[in-house]
Amino acid sequence: MVDQAKVKELQEIAHRIRCDILWTLAHAQSGHPGGSLSATDFGVALYFHAVKHNPENCGWPERDRVVFSKGHVGPLIFSLLAASGYIPHEELKTFRQIGTRLQGHPNLECPGIEVGTGSLGQGLSIAVGMALGLRMDGKPNRVYCIMGDGENQEGSTWEAIMSAGHYKLDNLCVVLDNHGLQIDGWVEDVMGLQPLADKWRAFRWHVIEIDGHDMVQCMEAFDKAKEVKGQPTVVLAKTVKGKGVSWMEDQAEWHGKAPKPDQCRDALQELACPAEYFDF
Amino acid sequence: MSERKAIATRDAYGEALVELAAEDERIVVLGADLTNSTRTEWFAKKYPDRFFDFGIAEQNMLNAAAGLSLVGKIPWVSTYGVFVAGRAWDQIRTTTCYSNLNVKIGGAHGGISVGPDGATHQALEDVATMRVLPNMTVIVPADYHETKKAVTWACEYIGPVYLRFGREPVPVVTGPEDPFVMGRANLINEGTDVTICNNGPVLREAMEAVEMLKEKGISARLLNVHTVKPIDRDAIATAARETGAIVTVEEHQVMGGFGSAVAEAVVQTHPVPMRFIGIQDRFGESGTPEELFEEFGLGSHYIVAAVEDVIKVKKP
Repeated sequence: MVDQAKVKELQEIAHRIRCDILWTLAHAQSGHPGGSLSATDFGVALYFHAVKHNPENCGWPERDRVVFSKGHVGPLIFSLLAASGYIPHEELKTFRQIGTRLQGHPNLECPGIEVGTGSLGQGLSIAVGMALGLRMDGKPNRVYCIMGDGENQEGSTWEAIMSAGHYKLDNLCVVLDNHGLQIDGWVEDVMGLQPLADKWRAFRWHVIEIDGHDMVQCMEAFDKAKEVKGQPTVVLAKTVKGKGVSWMEDQAEWHGKAPKPDQCRDALQELACPAEYFDF
Repeated sequence: MSERKAIATRDAYGEALVELAAEDERIVVLGADLTNSTRTEWFAKKYPDRFFDFGIAEQNMLNAAAGLSLVGKIPWVSTYGVFVAGRAWDQIRTTTCYSNLNVKIGGAHGGISVGPDGATHQALEDVATMRVLPNMTVIVPADYHETKKAVTWACEYIGPVYLRFGREPVPVVTGPEDPFVMGRANLINEGTDVTICNNGPVLREAMEAVEMLKEKGISARLLNVHTVKPIDRDAIATAARETGAIVTVEEHQVMGGFGSAVAEAVVQTHPVPMRFIGIQDRFGESGTPEELFEEFGLGSHYIVAAVEDVIKVKKP
């Protein structure tokens, strides 16, 4: 059982992260809200519960590795890094602007980023290599890879899934942000992937299906994944794209379009974000 | 040159990996179902725990290598040049090169001399697709010793490297004591009328051409330029200034490859007339290496003809 006080703390952090995402987008006037908001709750469960890391020392050898294969969710990634203490909160205002460390898709300029990502279908392969290398050295570090469901359409993703199953990488945990949408519409209409859980199982993965907005389920899933031996685990997190902003929810159009300043204020109000978030 | 011992550069690569692995346990090797052809089988047999077969799935292999480099390994990715520098180009670009990762790529079966397998398996564009990538170093060793030195250098250097190897045995023309400095061309023959800039195992043809030209009273300088990127601008500019004409020789498309790299240096330093020996915008085909060198205009007499042609237009 997870600690209820901890759950409440993480839910509060998740709320602030959603405010940060909208605030970041308001300043940048560019970026990806939908997938940032869908991945927020499990993202917080990762950074504030499951992942062993040290924001004071990015190169800490004992740290777990996090690879955001869905690198387009910069507003979420950088908000998590700011909340963890890797970068100043004020720096979020520089997202996507000339000279920033917070590039449109993350790269190594930003502390806390392990590898540049953003070209979908590439992250899991990188995570596979990390997991292989850490296991070779007998190290306990775990590797987490956050993926979108649409990138399951990439052939190379299945090469990576196959190899992780083949090499029995039980130090590898994928979180699949299963909101069911991609830029062109519903995943099932664009290029259907169901039954997705069965596909991963067939490639020798342990599958844990959860409600990706239920903090307790997120925390417990990552705890359980640590106990799985002899095969990698995928946490199939059922989520809602744009979660938390009523008019963004389940709307493919909010994949890669930043809300205008007025819309950002609406969203921040709906989320009941504190006054300091309205400075644009 | 038949009196010289002939060894394929892929063999030197396989040997070098085994030798270097004994001294540096960070070295790991990744293969894609071509461990025999790439000679990484030798490493796999000696160090089974440090060898990973990724099956026929090059894109995953490249990024797995990137991941291995991120946890402190020195990964050598080995498959045919066409599959690595073509199919997995996006992975090399956006993961390895963008993040400037310590991934080493061994592109085997470079050039038309691959022979009977034909166009699908003859890498003729790999140097171009690799050298265009920021942070990438591109080296095409000419023979056994140069290959071993290049692999040794690449293990010590931190950053992405593409090394290209040939399938066929080629004469061992350099010595174990000859210098190998990344980015620095080696002078094989001094000359004053023209400079032949060679890249890779086709060196034997260039050396033959130098002898044939000597008989015709033409003094040809021969530079063996193993590093395509960064190119040795100084040696090329000096050659252009001192000999007034340049012919490049490569077993690769003349568009975008080594010849283009030399031309970029020449036009920005000391513009002189040039000719390009290589594949002239065609796909390869089946045949013996000798037949294909003739068919695609790579033999020594083609180099001689190109020299005679370029000398005609050089400034007095």
